[in-house]
Amino acid sequence: MAKIESSFLDLGYLDSLAYRDSPIHRLDPRIKLITTLLFIVCVVSFGKHELSALLPFAIYPVMLLALAKLPPGYILRKLLLAAPFALCIGVFNPLFDRATLLHIGSLEISGGWISFASLMLRFVLTVSAALILVACTGFDSLCLALARLGVPSAFVVQLLLLYRYLFVLTDEAMRLARARSQRSFGRRGRELPVIASMLAQLLLRTLDRAQRIYLAMQCRGFDGELRLLRPLRIGTTDVVFLIGCTTALLGLRFADQAPALGDAIGGRLSW
Amino acid sequence: MVTRPLVAVSDLRHAYADGSAALRGVSFAVGAGERLAIVGANGAGKSTTLLHLAGCLLPQAGSVRIGDLILRSDNLPQLRRSVGLLFQNPDDQLFMPRVFDDVAFGPVNLGLPADEVNARVMHALAVVAATHLAQRQPHRLSGGEKRAVAIASVLALSPTILLMDEPTASLDPASRRQLIELLQTLEQTLIIATHDLDMVLDLCPRTLVLGEGTIIADGASAVILQDAALLAAARLEKPLRLQACPVCSRRLPANGRSP
Repeated sequence: MAKIESSFLDLGYLDSLAYRDSPIHRLDPRIKLITTLLFIVCVVSFGKHELSALLPFAIYPVMLLALAKLPPGYILRKLLLAAPFALCIGVFNPLFDRATLLHIGSLEISGGWISFASLMLRFVLTVSAALILVACTGFDSLCLALARLGVPSAFVVQLLLLYRYLFVLTDEAMRLARARSQRSFGRRGRELPVIASMLAQLLLRTLDRAQRIYLAMQCRGFDGELRLLRPLRIGTTDVVFLIGCTTALLGLRFADQAPALGDAIGGRLSW
Repeated sequence: MVTRPLVAVSDLRHAYADGSAALRGVSFAVGAGERLAIVGANGAGKSTTLLHLAGCLLPQAGSVRIGDLILRSDNLPQLRRSVGLLFQNPDDQLFMPRVFDDVAFGPVNLGLPADEVNARVMHALAVVAATHLAQRQPHRLSGGEKRAVAIASVLALSPTILLMDEPTASLDPASRRQLIELLQTLEQTLIIATHDLDMVLDLCPRTLVLGEGTIIADGASAVILQDAALLAAARLEKPLRLQACPVCSRRLPANGRSP
């Protein structure tokens, strides 16, 4: 139960970060979304053995983190939470790709280990960029940006309702868990059927709630299309940020500076 | 001169999918500007009646007329322009990510221009004293604030009839009192389904008592809520204010405040 409660509070904290004020927070959500997507595309577009060229891309999340005054420790903890997924994907690379690609002194490093390191680096860069985007924009503003950028309404409505009711659902799960722990008297190991029953209860309650929400939406004229009135305006700062980031990211991706800068950062790595 | 009632329900019947009857021939009429309380035990048919009046359920038998419209599937959008339903749980009603978006949801769907939507939202929030909550997220509001915003989301549609399902449920005493004072200022026709009989004394001159899907009594609240036998038959109790003090056997004055 404590785990559910801490996850709930953690989610609320990520949400509250979006309410801070900084030059990055004040940017139009569409601009932040586009630059983050461009950043992710640039990072994942490199070859699987690319390592040094990826290093300069760390400037982007570090810059946003600093300008938005976000707590680096929190973003790092979130990254660690998601790290097992990336590890599971990359952990077999060293087993299948054993060809030596890199020499550091007398040490030979196989292509598998390099692609594994490259994968982990991409994971850190892309996930941190996405986390920073949510932390300095807010999930609802991102959904609004998606809607204004032409993403289908049905998709945006699903995301918005998911975000809105995640808190209600977590709250309900917490109450269920509290009720269970009050009467479980520390008995452990025999909880699987109980947890399954609790999940079924949660599902049934969610279905009931979904029906009531749909009725509430219908009562106020919902016809399947979500219309949001909140104004979004792209100003000079937004345009400067977009042009600056796009130029820098495309420059790092296609120009020769990236390997040079990467080599400078990466020191004596060679292959 | 006899004026035509704003709401007319005639021999309304409804059974749920499992065959259990929720309404067994309910008929009543409500005049413009009237405040009617629908009371009864759990499962008496209060919420089902409200859902019919809001067009969320269609009559299986009998009819519902709102103004000049007979409730049918083809005129639901028109009907919903004049009827606003406040759900029992505000979390069911506040589904948008921010308070402003939620209150604006109905007016935007009506196709109103942005300026008018803004004006309606700010006016509705001002009526419930919640202007300062406009940019807040619903899940960060207290129970009383959620209820106030839910009312604003209905008021923004400027309905002529307000339907409320247990509006004082899970409110603390101060929030409950604020809500009652707010509802007293509204000019709309109010139909309130509730167990809070003390609120009925404050708000609704007329009470309709439902029991097992039928009307047990329909009349002045001051009379019905004094009738202990009738209330017991409907599995209700006299409002606390009308119950004598167990120590001194005195009653509170009608305004509910200590002498």
